[in-house]
Amino acid sequence: MKTLYLIIPFAPLLGAIVAGLFGKAIGRAGAHVVTILGVAISLVCAGLVMQDVLDGNTFNGPVYTWMETDGLKFEIGFLIDRLTAVMMVVVTFVSLMVHIYTIGYMAEDPGYQRFFSYISLFTFSMLMLVMSNNFLQLFFGWEAVGLVSYLLIGFWYTRPTAIYANLKAFLVNRVGDFGFVLGIGLIAAYMGSLDYVTVFADGRELTASSEITTGWPLITTICICLFIGAMGKSAQFPLHVWLPDSMEGPTPISALIHAATMVTAGIFMVARMSPLFELSDTALSFVIIIGSITALFMALIAIVQTDIKRVVAYSTLSQLGYMTAALGASAYSAAIFHLMTHAFFKAVLFLGAGSVIIALHHEQDMRRMGGLRKYMPITYLTVLIGAIANAGLPPFAGFFSKDSIIEAVQLSHIPGAGFAYLALLAGVFIGGFYSFRLVFFAFHGKERFREAAHHDDHHGSHDHHGPAEPHESPWVVTLPLILLAIPAIASGWLIGDMLFGGYFGDAIFIGENHPVLAHMKEEFHGVVPMILHGLMSLPFWLALSGAALAWFLYIARPELPAVIKKKFAVVAMILEEKYGFDRFNDWFFAGGTRAIGQGLWKAGDQTMIDGIAVNGSAKAVGRLAGVVRLLQSGQIYTYAFSMIIGLFVLMTFWLIRS
Amino acid sequence: MNYPILSLAIWVPIIGALPLLALGSERRDLVRWLALAVAIAGFLVTLPLYLEFDRGTAAMQFIEQAPWIERFNIHYFLGVDGISVLFILLNSFITVLVVIAGWQIINEKVAQYMAAFLIMSGLMNGIFSSLDAVLFYVFFEASLIPMYIIIGVWGGPSRVYAAFKFFLYTLLGSLLMLVALIYLFIQADGSFNLLYWHQLRLEMTPQILIFVAFFAAFAVKVPMWPVHTWLPDAHVEAPTGGSVVLAAIMLKLGAYGFVRFSLPILPDASHFLAPMMIALSLIAVVYIGFVALVQADMKKLIAYSSISHMGFVTLGFFIFNQIGIEGALVQMISHGFISAAMFLCVGVMYDRMHSRQIADYGGVVNRMPKFAAFFMLFAMANSGLPATSGFVGEFMVILGAIKFNFWVGFCAAITLILGAAYTLWMYKRVVFGAVANDHVAELTDICWREFLVLALLAVAVLAMGVYPFPFTDIMHASVDNLLQHVAMSKL
Repeated sequence: MKTLYLIIPFAPLLGAIVAGLFGKAIGRAGAHVVTILGVAISLVCAGLVMQDVLDGNTFNGPVYTWMETDGLKFEIGFLIDRLTAVMMVVVTFVSLMVHIYTIGYMAEDPGYQRFFSYISLFTFSMLMLVMSNNFLQLFFGWEAVGLVSYLLIGFWYTRPTAIYANLKAFLVNRVGDFGFVLGIGLIAAYMGSLDYVTVFADGRELTASSEITTGWPLITTICICLFIGAMGKSAQFPLHVWLPDSMEGPTPISALIHAATMVTAGIFMVARMSPLFELSDTALSFVIIIGSITALFMALIAIVQTDIKRVVAYSTLSQLGYMTAALGASAYSAAIFHLMTHAFFKAVLFLGAGSVIIALHHEQDMRRMGGLRKYMPITYLTVLIGAIANAGLPPFAGFFSKDSIIEAVQLSHIPGAGFAYLALLAGVFIGGFYSFRLVFFAFHGKERFREAAHHDDHHGSHDHHGPAEPHESPWVVTLPLILLAIPAIASGWLIGDMLFGGYFGDAIFIGENHPVLAHMKEEFHGVVPMILHGLMSLPFWLALSGAALAWFLYIARPELPAVIKKKFAVVAMILEEKYGFDRFNDWFFAGGTRAIGQGLWKAGDQTMIDGIAVNGSAKAVGRLAGVVRLLQSGQIYTYAFSMIIGLFVLMTFWLIRS
Repeated sequence: MNYPILSLAIWVPIIGALPLLALGSERRDLVRWLALAVAIAGFLVTLPLYLEFDRGTAAMQFIEQAPWIERFNIHYFLGVDGISVLFILLNSFITVLVVIAGWQIINEKVAQYMAAFLIMSGLMNGIFSSLDAVLFYVFFEASLIPMYIIIGVWGGPSRVYAAFKFFLYTLLGSLLMLVALIYLFIQADGSFNLLYWHQLRLEMTPQILIFVAFFAAFAVKVPMWPVHTWLPDAHVEAPTGGSVVLAAIMLKLGAYGFVRFSLPILPDASHFLAPMMIALSLIAVVYIGFVALVQADMKKLIAYSSISHMGFVTLGFFIFNQIGIEGALVQMISHGFISAAMFLCVGVMYDRMHSRQIADYGGVVNRMPKFAAFFMLFAMANSGLPATSGFVGEFMVILGAIKFNFWVGFCAAITLILGAAYTLWMYKRVVFGAVANDHVAELTDICWREFLVLALLAVAVLAMGVYPFPFTDIMHASVDNLLQHVAMSKL
């Protein structure tokens, strides 16, 4: 079995290395064959591991010792349990779909091999992250996925917006990592180990301890520090600012990295750390508030976006907020469940958006779409499925996971849960609205793409033959869409096993004072009753009315949105400005840092140290020498005179002393 | 071990440099090949130091001792322990790279150029293996001369200012050290034996005074804030090879001095002055990080980044825990690889464009994709990305610092943000984007010689990041011993 565990991450790594270093030699086809093969092997093995784990076999052991010092053993090792298995299957499955899709999407791109190399490298990193049995390797994977994300956002490196976005993404993530490293450091300092099992065991004994220097409660401090890391990676308010800009990257990676897998690393991490987070109500409170703020306020921005990818991006932010809120309510398995269903339906939405984008020759603005339904039936259908799932309507996957989260938050007694419940409910209405707005705006209504066919596209290399007639994408694009749409419908039906069947077993720990899921289990009687119950519950009607509003505004009365926008100009501006975060960050953090740097350099280094201390003393020596030099006139009578004076002084001195 | 390995490590490059000087610069290719042969021989003779090193003991190994100036009881006394052994290997390795890197770039006074680097390499091996204070001092001062010449002869337009600044700054510090050494000689009843000095009892006042004298010598070399301003100037004016050796090896001499002299000889003063040392280190990490961000000259930026990274070294030493000290030593070695690589990368571009200004570049990746890939790796290593060597030392020191005091760790961890900001922002402006101007459009990608040098460093950076075990394993016994020693008061 251990060999199998090794094959899972290293098959994609091998593919990445071959495609990356020998891309020219093996050619385009070679590059996609070798990487797809790697990921496919990985998926098959992940399936086998899943089977094995379901049989009750788990694994926790080292691969090699990375380093040893100060009584701390740093290891690279795997922890394979049910939580890991879910993540492995989701990651390899979505990754494989995206690999296949890329053949179509990137067909004309000169960086074809490089792209395949990167996404395979990403798959490797993400697998190492989820399979880790210790904080060191977790951080390795954490940073490695960040690196690949950086490389892929800036994949089209000649575009100024892309290289701005990737730097921003990396730096904002580094702010999160700053907290994450502090958390790891505290764990190492107080628990003397980075191994999950040891740390979790020690954590229970340190519940009442305080951090020595600061006097803060230890476990709470650790958890909040770790969660700051999750806020960076999973784009939670106020570190969410990098994710929308990351849409500058090619669409396949938006689906894989910035929706389905990497951004959920923070969610996974907190679920993995459930034995620690369960020890601190303060930390859970913090988590639930941040999560619900993200869920509501990011969804609001989505309703004013016109770029199809950005709508999906803000919807991703909002859904990540739901997952985070679930974590705060101690419904870890609900968060992971939503993570899984979301991975499928959001990948469908992104890849569907991508399919539209290539059909329209890299057009992303929905104002230049419309009526695509009849030209791209498969894309339309799959996007529709994704949108319904995203809106959380039964019996699609999103309904089960989202509904569970809302219920869990409702039942939670953590401070902040009341606010979170209201925010999430409001988010459901908005979610229904923006999901269907996307569908109606892009696929229904007037065919606006004809007017726009001659506009300047930023890819530059495509030739236009008059008004382009969009057509359905090739099978390498539609096949992944279909294969992802199936779980986007059906994966929700696993709710009985995953949430209430004790699927996660020991992988997730829930404290006795947070029995949210246990309560829900009592209420749960199966998938069909849940759907029937759902039909009478508030979230369903909210989502449905959101969808109805979208229909009204974009199909029934398409002239209305502009009127409304004019009426509520201030609100629209606030949303279009994304609450001003980007402006503020650019001015305050980016500008402020540079100003501090200039100040320290000019005032500190150049004026004080070099100007006054160094060159100043050099000049002082020079000046002194200039004065002293006058004494050395080279004339004998001055020397004789000074000798005589000196003699007198010495004699006087001697006489006075005696 | 029947032959004097350490002597070979010192004298093979130095003696090997003599025929180069005799040949003169007429026969350039012969000189280059000969220099390469000497450098490789110099590296090969150091390999037994690693292979035959006994990890079980903290005692000095490969000892050689012979009387030198008997009147003052000065000995030719060499030996290495787990702390110093790796620097000899690093130094000899870097020398090989510098010879290859200067192959085509240097066309004037080739023999003298190569000889200067070889001699300097031997002298620096001497510093890392001396166990006699006078021998150490002689090597320490002598190593200034070749570097002074390298900057002064093959340097940029204001090389004379930079060379003088470099020389005076460092000389001033080491003169104070000489006074301290003589004082210790008298206190030790006429012995310059470092190992004996480690056992020497000293009162608090002399300890502090000696610490200050040592500080003057070593802090300038590191360099620590506020005596760092010679470094950016020296780097900017130095030729690429000079910058590489300066950053990779010379900066380590100061830090090495702290662990070999200050900590074991003056444990009480070290503890007493540790808050100051920690404060200065954190200023180096944070203040210099900000300053690095706004540099317009790539070499200056990397020079400032070096100072910031060396702040981690001094920080690690003065938090007095094993993970901190080992982290600092690891950081020194890793910085040897990464700073060498960063300066070589700038050198590669400078050779083609004759500019170090970030503003003159943009879109280099379009013309030099292979180079861009290497530069990316090293930039990431410089930002401390895991699985590169840059992560290991930084991470260890941050862990040690958090263990020592949360706020110290907090300040140190700011480098995660600042380090990434200044490195990647520079990378973005230089490498990414559309081709910025006609000069960039004419760039050609790296030749096989440049490829070889960068590839060797890339392997080193990655290997150390993925498997640092051997690096820390070799230093455990010595660091343990050092810590026990520092914990014992000498009052």
